[in-house]
Amino acid sequence: MSNDLVKLSAKGVNLWFGNKQVLKNISVDFEPNKVTALIGPSGCGKSTLLRAFNRMHDLSPDARIEGKFMLENQDLYEKGLSVTQLRRRIGMVFQKANPFPKSIYENINYGLKINDIPKAERPGIIENALRESYIWEEVKDELEKPATRLSGGQQQRLCIARTVALRPEVILMDEPCSALDPLSTLKIEELIVKLKKDFTIVIVTHNMQQAQRVADKTVFMYLGEIIEEGQTKDMFANPKNELTANYVKGHFG
Amino acid sequence: MKLAARERIDGVARTLFRTTGLIVIAILGGIFFMLVWNSIAFFLKIKPMDFITGTQWDPSGEHYGILPLLVSTCLVTLGAMAIAIPLGIGTAAFLSEYAGKRWKNILKPMIEMLAAVPSVAIGFLGIVVLGPGIAAVTGQPNGLNALNGAILLSVMALPTIITVAEDALQGIPHTYKEASYGVGASKWQTLTRVTIPAAAPGILAAVMLGVGRAIGETMTVLMATGNASAFPKGFFHSVRTITATIAIEMGEVPYQTTHYYALFAIAAVLFLITLLVNLVGEHFVNKFRKYHSA
Repeated sequence: MSNDLVKLSAKGVNLWFGNKQVLKNISVDFEPNKVTALIGPSGCGKSTLLRAFNRMHDLSPDARIEGKFMLENQDLYEKGLSVTQLRRRIGMVFQKANPFPKSIYENINYGLKINDIPKAERPGIIENALRESYIWEEVKDELEKPATRLSGGQQQRLCIARTVALRPEVILMDEPCSALDPLSTLKIEELIVKLKKDFTIVIVTHNMQQAQRVADKTVFMYLGEIIEEGQTKDMFANPKNELTANYVKGHFG
Repeated sequence: MKLAARERIDGVARTLFRTTGLIVIAILGGIFFMLVWNSIAFFLKIKPMDFITGTQWDPSGEHYGILPLLVSTCLVTLGAMAIAIPLGIGTAAFLSEYAGKRWKNILKPMIEMLAAVPSVAIGFLGIVVLGPGIAAVTGQPNGLNALNGAILLSVMALPTIITVAEDALQGIPHTYKEASYGVGASKWQTLTRVTIPAAAPGILAAVMLGVGRAIGETMTVLMATGNASAFPKGFFHSVRTITATIAIEMGEVPYQTTHYYALFAIAAVLFLITLLVNLVGEHFVNKFRKYHSA
């Protein structure tokens, strides 16, 4: 079953919201220490698939899920599995930067407290996470400032730092740059490429250039199904499926 | 002709509505003026210092100290809040974070119905159910005391606290909660460390409005607290609130006497307290709205 080249996988996944089927028979593998991009037009289910991996759909009572999700050998929907433990192994960065209405320091400290990381280790972890997220130099003198006063790009890097601080194995990113200006986007993309050394990253994006800049592999989804997947370079240069070709060339989407 | 008639109706309507608006303002102004006017008449006869620091309320002996009444009111209100705040915030948290649709559909109308129960009916419960119960537990001859009043008032303040606090919790952006779950927080941790702190201004407003409700309540405390005018000794003793004192004595007092003016003076104090509590509550409600529209 287990394979050194598969960190995270979904097998035969169907997902409904109420009566509407949003994901249809999805099977996909994500390789460790690679960046994989999920692309596709709005409403194709890419964010829904992403959120299924850290069980964010547990919060919506009308969501129904079938199929198997695995993190290495761990079934993510196994009965009795602690969701909070799982979310520590699979971190998430959201579409809109969502720092807590607390100080910059406390934004990262919160996750450490929640996960019972010893008090003495916290300041070091926080500094390290901020450095890894390339925001340390900008905020080191004002760690007590409310996080909501940072710029949008800084907020998003803070949210990445918050996730990185917990040393998850996988980081899920749901269009992390969609609300940012090009410069902030560039910074975050550089950050993503550097982070793959330590983490497995799955990123949902609308931006075809972004997928080509950051992703090793790309998965194209359409109307709840996976149409094509492969090495990013190949997929953008020689798409096998006509739908993929039309999408990556910008004919629809 | 038709046009003229329509304009005439418009004019009449405008005058009518303006008049009703002015009447409301006039009534409020009139009440305030009456309270102040009669209070001044009182303070011409009794020194304000004696009124504020006096520990005895005994109109027949010419003792007009507001302290026993004020302490009674505070005692009952504090007791009521000690019960209603945790219960109210807990219910609000349950409704907004844990309850499924079915629970909500049952609970919400029931809470609204609770707000519609007349205070005299709740006072009645205090006399026939709660009173004997407290008496049995404490071994006193009767259970008409501050605790009884506090429990009843907490029931009456609950609907206000629950409704306003639930609105505050519901108003917290979903993204905060997702962020918290995202770092592995449980539902409880998210609620206590993210959602409730973020909703704090709204919850504070809920509490202040609840306090306002409890302080001004008359019939229930009149029926349930025993109304002894001695200085209150604690929750298990009979107390006499400002509201109950006015309700009891106003019917029998001869007009234009010091006693008559004294009742207006304590009413003015009550008015100031509730005004202050409501202003603070409103302040936090508005702050909360601004914070979330931003």
